[in-house]
Amino acid sequence: MQTRREFVQSSSLVGALAAIGLLGTEQALAQAQPWNKAAFEAKNLAEVVKALGGSAPAESKDITITAPDIAENGAVVPVGVASKIPNTQTVHILVEKNPNALAAGFNIPAGTEANVATRIKMGQTSNVYAVVKAADKYYVATKEIKVTLGGCGG
Amino acid sequence: MPDPMRIRATAQPDGVDVRVLMSHEMETGQRRDGAGKLVPAHFISNVTVSHAGKVVLSAEWGPAVAKNPYLQFKFQGGKKGDEITVTWVDNKGETRTDKATIA
Repeated sequence: MQTRREFVQSSSLVGALAAIGLLGTEQALAQAQPWNKAAFEAKNLAEVVKALGGSAPAESKDITITAPDIAENGAVVPVGVASKIPNTQTVHILVEKNPNALAAGFNIPAGTEANVATRIKMGQTSNVYAVVKAADKYYVATKEIKVTLGGCGG
Repeated sequence: MPDPMRIRATAQPDGVDVRVLMSHEMETGQRRDGAGKLVPAHFISNVTVSHAGKVVLSAEWGPAVAKNPYLQFKFQGGKKGDEITVTWVDNKGETRTDKATIA
């Protein structure tokens, strides 16, 4: 469950504007676009978690990373993250050896499953981390993905 | 105007399964062109999916998301015939919104 405060913070602008009909939903959404620059520029797991506002994440077996053991093409690596930790609020996908570690972050509102999948780029064989925030605590799971052809050349 | 997204949303017993395929270059800013100059970064930074006026997923992406990004997730509370809205914004301020009906 999100607390009321978090819910209000995360959805206040979008929700309020859309609800009173001043703006179409799309316009409201386009105006509320946070982007955590510090987190996306961080180089490693510890820096990213710090930039997200947490401290040392605990290892968790309740987070599953679904990805191939060996990715033939680093430009397109399918990665899914599922968290069984109750009240999962955010899911972040990190690649240890990419120039900037953080690849993607997802906010999971109540009612949405903490199970997202996307495709990322990997420069080389590396550990991939899934960082999950639940009840304001951070958890992490790790999986190594071997890359036979790097994704940085394009 | 960027190309439209392909969105597939299907109602299943345990929630609505949403799959989105966006059309975007997702340039990392690390790559050099033929003349050895860095190609400036150009990537989708924010994605928002909403259903019935409520945000069901929002994402912040970096340039390490693969070209023509794919996104899949599942949410509760939707039913067949409902409309979902997907919006992305990239780091140059371009944006695209597409709607789909839950099947």
